[in-house]
Amino acid sequence: MINVLLFAQLKDELGKETLSIEGNGMSVAQLKGKMKVDFQLEGLETVMTAVNEEFADDDTILSDGDTVAFIPPVSGG
Amino acid sequence: MNYNISKEPIVIQEVIDKVVSRNAGAVTTFIGTVREMTKGKKTLFLIYEAYVPMAIKKLEQIGSEIKERWPDAETAITHRVGKLEITDIAVVIAVSTPHRNDAYEANRYAIERIKEIVPIWKKNTGKMGRHG
Repeated sequence: MINVLLFAQLKDELGKETLSIEGNGMSVAQLKGKMKVDFQLEGLETVMTAVNEEFADDDTILSDGDTVAFIPPVSGG
Repeated sequence: MNYNISKEPIVIQEVIDKVVSRNAGAVTTFIGTVREMTKGKKTLFLIYEAYVPMAIKKLEQIGSEIKERWPDAETAITHRVGKLEITDIAVVIAVSTPHRNDAYEANRYAIERIKEIVPIWKKNTGKMGRHG
């Protein structure tokens, strides 16, 4: 299973901050597509993604136990 | 621990003390605070959230980037999370260097990078219209 973390507006949109999703062998892009279909999450294409706390691109292949965080545009400072 | 995410109010002096050094001739401190008016709209309060473990890693990365550009610089950054009222301190960045110009430049670099790569978000609820 892939651990998915949601923050900011994505967390508010889904009403959850963590999900566990069957996604071994999927790319980040495929996981985004699956989440869009399963949860009607909008705007996932444009957010940055972190895999295991490091920024990753859409081609990154996921393995069981990975933590994927969707990072909406940051606004710290 | 020069890079922190804090649920408690930031003590400015504690951040500065981390970079004070016998080699330093300058310490610059940036203090980011919660502003009341933004483009005519009033903020009542802000809620900051962070992806804490990654945010700390990214703050450390900014410290490494500063070291590459300004090898003699020492950097410390603490960012607050939770509910912040107007005038509360959201972030403190302290940089020390042997000479003042580098301390200013490196500190400016740090805040700009925070706004690019550190997973911290402020929630803008509590904003009301001009007559709200």
